[in-house]
Amino acid sequence: MSPRKSRFARGLLWVAAALVLSLGVDRLAVNWVNPYFYRILVLCGLNVMLALSLNLVNGITGQFSIGHAGFMAVGAYASAAFTVYAVPQLFGVGPNASGLVIVGPLFLALLVGGLTSAAAGFLVGLPSMRLRGDYLAIVTLGFGEIIRVAILNIDAVGGARGFAGIPRRTDLAWVIAGALATWVVLRNLLRSYHGRAFLAIREDEIAAEALGVPTTRYKVTAFVVAAFFAGVAGALFAHYTYLHTNSFTFMKSIEVIVMIVLGGMGSLLGSVLGATVLTALPEALRFASSERLIIYSLLLIVLMIARPQGILGKTEGKSGK
Amino acid sequence: MSGPILELKRVTRAFGGLRAVSDLDLTLDLGLLAGLIGPNGAGKTTVFNLITGVYAPTSGEIRFEGKRIDGRATSSIARAGIARTFQNPRIFAGLTCLDNVRIACHTHAGAGLLDSILATGRSAAEEADILARSEELLRSFALDGYRDTLAGGLPYGEQRRLEIARALAAEPRLLLLDEPAAGLNPHETQALMRLIHDVRDRYKLTVLLIEHDMKVVMGICERITVLDYGVCIAEGAPAAIRSDPKVIEAYLGDAV
Repeated sequence: MSPRKSRFARGLLWVAAALVLSLGVDRLAVNWVNPYFYRILVLCGLNVMLALSLNLVNGITGQFSIGHAGFMAVGAYASAAFTVYAVPQLFGVGPNASGLVIVGPLFLALLVGGLTSAAAGFLVGLPSMRLRGDYLAIVTLGFGEIIRVAILNIDAVGGARGFAGIPRRTDLAWVIAGALATWVVLRNLLRSYHGRAFLAIREDEIAAEALGVPTTRYKVTAFVVAAFFAGVAGALFAHYTYLHTNSFTFMKSIEVIVMIVLGGMGSLLGSVLGATVLTALPEALRFASSERLIIYSLLLIVLMIARPQGILGKTEGKSGK
Repeated sequence: MSGPILELKRVTRAFGGLRAVSDLDLTLDLGLLAGLIGPNGAGKTTVFNLITGVYAPTSGEIRFEGKRIDGRATSSIARAGIARTFQNPRIFAGLTCLDNVRIACHTHAGAGLLDSILATGRSAAEEADILARSEELLRSFALDGYRDTLAGGLPYGEQRRLEIARALAAEPRLLLLDEPAAGLNPHETQALMRLIHDVRDRYKLTVLLIEHDMKVVMGICERITVLDYGVCIAEGAPAAIRSDPKVIEAYLGDAV
């Protein structure tokens, strides 16, 4: 076999393995843990996707976005509208359908969510690229809030009542597959010259530009890719639980930032770890009821004092293979 | 190819009322190792910033290999074949030496974003090529021992060498060096100048360097341009520059 063919075959094998893993874990979780834990696992997976994608912008490219929840909201509502309004007409798959017939429509809905959000990422990225640091942060913050308030006032998607009637099609298998896809895309990017261009921008934008890296284009690219995966995560979320703009407030954006800071800005594994720990920790602290948030904040402070660079530090270990 | 590789014609750059570079004509012949000297604030670095597109000239034109480059983005000029180093090394401190050099291979990489995301054969072949070229460059600059060291932890002299290696990874035809010997001791300076000379010969480059240390410039440059207050006051071979009364008055004083 030619090396190109064998590469392709190996790729297919990995995809198959990822599918088996996602479905397997889902089956195990359904049978072995109670619905409460199952739900936490799903939220963990979604937060992993959000943290990984935000890390591309904040940790790897060194920009400062604090509007990630906005992209998640765009993806969630776009995909939900697609499922509710377009899917029954296009595929004849009603809200009560189940089994294999929902695979195609849900997959498409995720793509719609991701692509809509990526388009929003492009629009936000474009003017923002003339801005740096704090100013960029304010633009992204503004975007997140504007999106949320705008959706709140669109009656077709439920407005302030929340978007009802979205079929619950997301399960843990989809979420794990989504998180794996995010991970693989970002890891492959980081191993290529494109990935190093993002890192170069973080390290020294002037030098990167002088070495032939079109920094503006890469900054917009980082925003678009990050927005895409945030959108897919939002789409998965929309098909999993009650959809209301309250899930996409500024606090959600901050939560994701804390995850990547805690895990280590620039480290993919760190984002996974940070997202998992910060999703599970508040649940684990439920025994302390009213003191829960105090303990949670104290733990964060202690961690930041002990490891200011995050649990796994700034980079992905050794650069050479 | 003959003729000049770089031409500046009546280039002016004003910052408000200050004309940092004023009506400058500068021609660089292919394969030359040329020097740009002048007292502090003479506008030397501004000239570099104009050539590399960090600033657009207020008036005048800049041609590289016959094509207008003024007004183009810095990265696009770098891709056209001009690489530079900075007065204070701007290495990527948080990345390894290998990655520092690999980033500069960007200029000649062509795999698309999707190729990289899917890790296709094309992308893998290109990455293997970039890795081989970068390791080769590290070796020829005696930096292979620092391959996986974070560049920020390198001794100063090595950082300067790394910056030149990185610039070469972009495969330029014109190399601009902004005070490459600044902060080096005389011994290191000697070695660096030999290195620059070798590099020019080995990679068939044209080199323009800014330098403060008179002895260094006179020692290796084949042609020298002297700037003072943004105006070119002398140009010629080192021997002629050394005895030019205007240069002595503006810059050298009693030192030579």
